[in-house]
Amino acid sequence: MAKELNDIILKDGYKYAEEHEWAKKTGDTVKIGITDYAQDQLGDIVFVELPEVDAEFGKGDEFGTLESTKAVSELYMPMGGRVVAVNDTLSEDPERVNTSPYDDGWMIEIVPADPAEFDALMDRDAYLDMLKGL
Amino acid sequence: MTERAGTTGLIMNEPLLWEKTKPGRMGISIPKSDVAAAPLDPEFVGEGPNFPDLSEVDVVRHFTRLSQWNFGVDTGMYPLGSCTMKYNPKIHEKIAALPGFAGAHPMLPPDLAQGILRIMYELEQFLCEITGMDATTLQPAAGAHGELTAMLLFYAYHKRKGEKRTKILIPDTAHGTNPASAALCGYASIPVTSGHDGVLSVEAVEALMDEETAGIMVTNPNTLGLFEENIRKVAEVVHGKGGLVYGDGANMNAVMGIVKMGEIGIDAIHLNLHKTFSTPHGGGGPGSGPVCVRKHLEPFLPVPRVIKNGDDYALQYNRPDSIGKIHAFHGNFGILIRAYSYILSMGRHLKTASQHAVLSANYIKERLKDVLHLPYDRPCMHECVFTDKNQEDFKITTLDMAKRLMDYGFHPPTIYFPLVVHGAIMIEPTETEPKENLDQFIEAFKVIVKEAAETPELLREAPTAPKVRRLDEATAARKPCLCG
Amino acid sequence: MRYLPHTNEDVTEMLQVVGAANLDDLFSSIPEECRFKGELNLPPDMTEWELTDHMTALADRMASPPGYRIFLGAGSYPHFIPTSVHYLLGRSEFSTAYTPYQPEISQGTLQAIFEYQTLTARLLGMEVANASMYDGASALAEALLMAIRIERGKKTTVAVSKLIHPHYRKVVQTYFKPTGYRIIELPYLPDGSTDLSAVDEIENVAAIALQSPNFFGCIENIKAASDKAHALKALSVVCFTEPLAYGLFKNPGSQEADIVCGEGQSLGIPQSFGGPGLGMFASLNKYVRNMPGRLIGQTTDQDGKRGFVLTLATREQHIRRERATSNICSNQGLCATMSTMYMASVGGTGIRKLARLNLNKAEYLKSELKKAGFRMPFERPGFNEFVVEFPKGFESTYQKLVGKKIVAGIPIECHYPELAGHYLLCATETHSKADMDALVKEVTS
Repeated sequence: MAKELNDIILKDGYKYAEEHEWAKKTGDTVKIGITDYAQDQLGDIVFVELPEVDAEFGKGDEFGTLESTKAVSELYMPMGGRVVAVNDTLSEDPERVNTSPYDDGWMIEIVPADPAEFDALMDRDAYLDMLKGL
Repeated sequence: MTERAGTTGLIMNEPLLWEKTKPGRMGISIPKSDVAAAPLDPEFVGEGPNFPDLSEVDVVRHFTRLSQWNFGVDTGMYPLGSCTMKYNPKIHEKIAALPGFAGAHPMLPPDLAQGILRIMYELEQFLCEITGMDATTLQPAAGAHGELTAMLLFYAYHKRKGEKRTKILIPDTAHGTNPASAALCGYASIPVTSGHDGVLSVEAVEALMDEETAGIMVTNPNTLGLFEENIRKVAEVVHGKGGLVYGDGANMNAVMGIVKMGEIGIDAIHLNLHKTFSTPHGGGGPGSGPVCVRKHLEPFLPVPRVIKNGDDYALQYNRPDSIGKIHAFHGNFGILIRAYSYILSMGRHLKTASQHAVLSANYIKERLKDVLHLPYDRPCMHECVFTDKNQEDFKITTLDMAKRLMDYGFHPPTIYFPLVVHGAIMIEPTETEPKENLDQFIEAFKVIVKEAAETPELLREAPTAPKVRRLDEATAARKPCLCG
Repeated sequence: MRYLPHTNEDVTEMLQVVGAANLDDLFSSIPEECRFKGELNLPPDMTEWELTDHMTALADRMASPPGYRIFLGAGSYPHFIPTSVHYLLGRSEFSTAYTPYQPEISQGTLQAIFEYQTLTARLLGMEVANASMYDGASALAEALLMAIRIERGKKTTVAVSKLIHPHYRKVVQTYFKPTGYRIIELPYLPDGSTDLSAVDEIENVAAIALQSPNFFGCIENIKAASDKAHALKALSVVCFTEPLAYGLFKNPGSQEADIVCGEGQSLGIPQSFGGPGLGMFASLNKYVRNMPGRLIGQTTDQDGKRGFVLTLATREQHIRRERATSNICSNQGLCATMSTMYMASVGGTGIRKLARLNLNKAEYLKSELKKAGFRMPFERPGFNEFVVEFPKGFESTYQKLVGKKIVAGIPIECHYPELAGHYLLCATETHSKADMDALVKEVTS
């Protein structure tokens, strides 16, 4: 059963996108994953399809898919960039997306194309407001 | 409430076949050899498959026990929406098994297959009559196969006219096979949003229809159980831009003898013989999905076609515009013959069947609408759709209610389809369900709704009566074990 | 009307609850201009007794065993089906159930199909098999589409042997027409096997497809085809029309095939004029997410008991819609169940014996025809069918034989114009020595 809004975990220092992805600066790169709200809505994740290293995407492009037993969801880039690392552990343990969406469940790491796109993302309060409106 | 429909009883555990193997056992009678052993180059010889060895009694016990874990139409009410789980007449089994039919080779010289060719010819005619169309192909082996066939016909039709059309309109209430079939034909699916009243609006179609669009795929009655009232105008719009209208006939059980699809603007329609025409569902097939078309699509139908010369029947292969073949032979003849027998047994009562199917669905709708949320409170066709909105406060979902229905002795209705209705519960009783069972079903659902409010754990723990409880589908998908 | 239980009383009561005046009133939401006002023009309804008479008369107008002795294979094979299988199919819990979407009350179907998947994979020497496709022909079309999908659409040509059943090739062509993908046909060698030499010249090939035993009844060199395919970074697809052959011959998996598909009718399913059949479909595990069709997986329930469920459903149309691996929904479930009952009855020991018997029967017929002076042009070893060359004017002999209730195979000239006067004959465990002697005697006289 889906969580109450109050129980959704939101983290400081992370930025949030409309399609429920998060982005976090890690030095020169940015890590991307999905929020606690998203994993809760999807239910048990059974399969994660991620791109290859060196793939390039623009903001809003589809970079992968997430599968639960009953649904498939597309993953959208919160900002454009080139993939430098992919979380391979997710192929063996897709559950990490559910149990640790902000840490062990990270998906890709990119070199951003345009740093301004990062700043344009929502902070946790703005994202929470957006969730309240849904 | 009177005695529950469902109860518990002694059923047996039964291992997998290879868990009970004993080398050397055999469950068939191998014919005696009356010829010499032929020489065989060992280069080609393999080890043979690692099959279990079982005696006949092992096999009979095995499958008898397995059957007892199943719920079929013969067990009880099976109100799966859009599946038309009506009673499967037993006389059809005997007929299909007649040696002249069961033992017939598909490539017999036509002179030696007159019985079957006549059946196919007449069945094509019957289906044309029922749908108001001009020609039928019996080759598609299932509904989705029929959808693909129709898309291939559309493609060939437009190609013949020298046109390249790359899109097809599909309502948001459509079954997943519609866009999947269109994609197999290279068409991009353009979704059409249904109106607030649950049906297609002419304006919505008009806004999307253009000369690059091959046509529209319409299910009528649609998956909400509603008749697409604007179908004639929608067809006009589509035809006006040179497109074709495809009818998904999955819900034909609502309108036999009441609506003729060919008369309301449909150019091609597939039928599900395993739904409307009483052939058994088999646990997932075999079905049959004949496609009936208007005259302008006839030249493109698959080959061979059965033709009549005087009193004799023949197969015609030479049809230059035909799309080719979509089945190795003539389709699922063993299923066609059951549908043929059904039509001969029902005759004009097919209309009565539709009337009773619609009556039963409306009856259930009226009697459950005070406990379950009804998103479209208007007359329905042969199925009605509810949601779990009223149970939200108790944190009970459609899934929980469906699982609890099993404990009460009913197969659950279709759940979470169509996608446009959140938490959809689609109930299709069919005309073959006696009224007492409908009443029992209604009573059971009312009790479950009460349980949802007062003792929701009973639903969350359900089912408890069947052989297994809820299964771990997440692990089954994460770590698939598909082979033993 | 025995299938319509509602009495007039029932109808009246329900109409009242619904608030409709009569049955017609129920359809008032249908606009006038959509209503059909007449009566369906169908024959008057028949009683069970009339129907039985009518159908028996039609069945009598069919040539089938035991009245006729039919030496025909070509994708549909006469085999004995144990009565126990017919009997078990009569258990309507199997036949009147639907797709096992509610697994708790469908464990019978689910375990039976899991067993089917397993036995199919074992028979074909592959790692995973699906719950069935419609028939061998559509299975081949889907296998080739799957190969193209695996290559992510970068390779759009498939090389298909001319010795694959002509109807199967026609179905592949039909499926491929709107896709723009290319089909190159591979010719055959004098020994009755596929000529693979031209493959190296083909660009962008996603798969090489053979049938074994092929349409001429000959065993192909699958390993050679697989090696060639893999050297070109393409997939080796092997199809079949007679799976019983694998009770004896090396299975495609052992010959490095990537996808194996074909017709399972020989495994306990009546011929029934060509359908319903059984599209068997198997591949290597690494391709499973690209596989079409349903898959049943093993899991546990809340109490830790073993159970089975439909799984990896996100590949399928009801979830993935236009991006699904196929549009297939209902497949050939009961036929898969039927074949499992058959495979369980025949067993590992039995299938070996049965396959050997089929081979011996066909070889006997071949050798008798050879003794009588007829030529069998293809030397590759075969299973239970073969091509024989009959002399000019054989058509009249063929008709004479039909008059004696013997069907001497089919002429294959319409599919292979270079093979005028050549016929494809089949002999299985259902053909007695006496039957075959009679055939030889008649064609010789």
